[in-house]
Amino acid sequence: MLEVDTPHLGAFANPDPHIESLAVAWNDPGGAVCHGWLHTSPEFPMKRLLAAGSGSIYQVCKVFRAGERGRLHNPEFTLLEWYRLGFDHHALMDEMVELINSLLPTPRVAERGSYRDLFLERLSLDPLQASAEEMRQVALAHGVASVEGLELGRDDLLDLLFSYLIQPRLGRDTLCFVHAYPASQASLARLEPEEPTVARRFELFMNGVELANGFHELQDGTEQAERFAEDLRRREVKGQRPTPADSRLLAALDHGLPDCAGVALGLERLLMVIMGAEHIDEVIAFPSERA
Amino acid sequence: MASYSTSEFKGGLKIMLDGDPCSIIENEFVKPGKGQAFNRVRIRNLKTGRVIERTFKSGDSVEAADVMEYNLQYLYNDGEFWHFMDPDSFEQYQADAAAVGESVNWLKDQDMCAVTLWNGTPLIVEPPNFVILTITETDPGLKGDTSGGGNKPATLETGAVVKVPLFVQTGDVIKVDTRSGEYVSRAKEE
Repeated sequence: MLEVDTPHLGAFANPDPHIESLAVAWNDPGGAVCHGWLHTSPEFPMKRLLAAGSGSIYQVCKVFRAGERGRLHNPEFTLLEWYRLGFDHHALMDEMVELINSLLPTPRVAERGSYRDLFLERLSLDPLQASAEEMRQVALAHGVASVEGLELGRDDLLDLLFSYLIQPRLGRDTLCFVHAYPASQASLARLEPEEPTVARRFELFMNGVELANGFHELQDGTEQAERFAEDLRRREVKGQRPTPADSRLLAALDHGLPDCAGVALGLERLLMVIMGAEHIDEVIAFPSERA
Repeated sequence: MASYSTSEFKGGLKIMLDGDPCSIIENEFVKPGKGQAFNRVRIRNLKTGRVIERTFKSGDSVEAADVMEYNLQYLYNDGEFWHFMDPDSFEQYQADAAAVGESVNWLKDQDMCAVTLWNGTPLIVEPPNFVILTITETDPGLKGDTSGGGNKPATLETGAVVKVPLFVQTGDVIKVDTRSGEYVSRAKEE
């Protein structure tokens, strides 16, 4: 596999309404003000390399996300991101098990379950069918505090239920993969061809912590453009900064992205699991407040 | 009116919730990589002392509470209010029974107390960790018994009752830990 290096500073912000890019502004020697964005993941330029014929590639890099700070978050963190040609998401999960177990003091058993099954088992709720009101009732019944006063859409409520009630128990002693996310949370994954209500997206959890997010990548440039447009609409509704679609990525997809699966793995969090750390600051020399 | 965004939340921050002043105990940022961020917050209602949990959508704002803690000198009780003074500005404040609460057991003239003010009115009165108080009444014990072992109730000048060793007598001055309400030692009158 080829190691690659793509720009940290780019012309386009991440359009995902739940991810805010850090803006960079500077003056060129003539005095004109220039703008750029620090990348939140190297995904778009790496896909341009894949479309240009790079073959399977990987990268370790720093990425930046505005406003994310807490026990598991630092606005600047490290991703290992890689793409495998000819892999689907399940083949990539297999490879992740091998990689991560080679790094752990004691190898762990891997388990794999669908997003829908987890909701049915833990909350007796169908995440693909339930209404926002039903989800709100489940949150209240499980003691999620003051959810009644919050303005939350269906996907926000799914995120709330998952983060509060499901995730903390995932991967206690295992490598726990969750896959088949609802189509509304497909992000950049292709939809399941036989069952388009879910997407070929997966995440890895260990010790209740989200470690990685991967896709069997969407190849269709037209569908990707539609998803970017939808992101932009959601941003407008929420009063967030608009993010023009990355035309260079869309051009690369139109040119042709090879069939591939890709994943991004948070290295600080992996280190936390290996070391048994409780706070991300334990594995970062200078967290954001002291950077 | 001042307000705080969830990104400013941290332990000790004073905010208004449902019309009551509250203090944040703990703030946890919860966010799926590609999903909605929340702040899961444990909060103490400063009026009732109750601890509750609240969920906020990250980015939401709440009104700031005008709550400050001062070191004030306890002056006297007029039967209804307890009066305190800022020794620097000589400004006086009166605290009601709700604000004084259990601290009433340990308030001695001239002692410095940590008083939490909300919009300029005492909300919480905390006595010093140790206070020196005179015993007004206790059963006569055995003179010369300093070996410890066994104790008896003693009423203090504030009306509080604490357990003291048998050798301690009415009129003695003792040191009490106000956090546990326990006798520490005999003390000299200051």
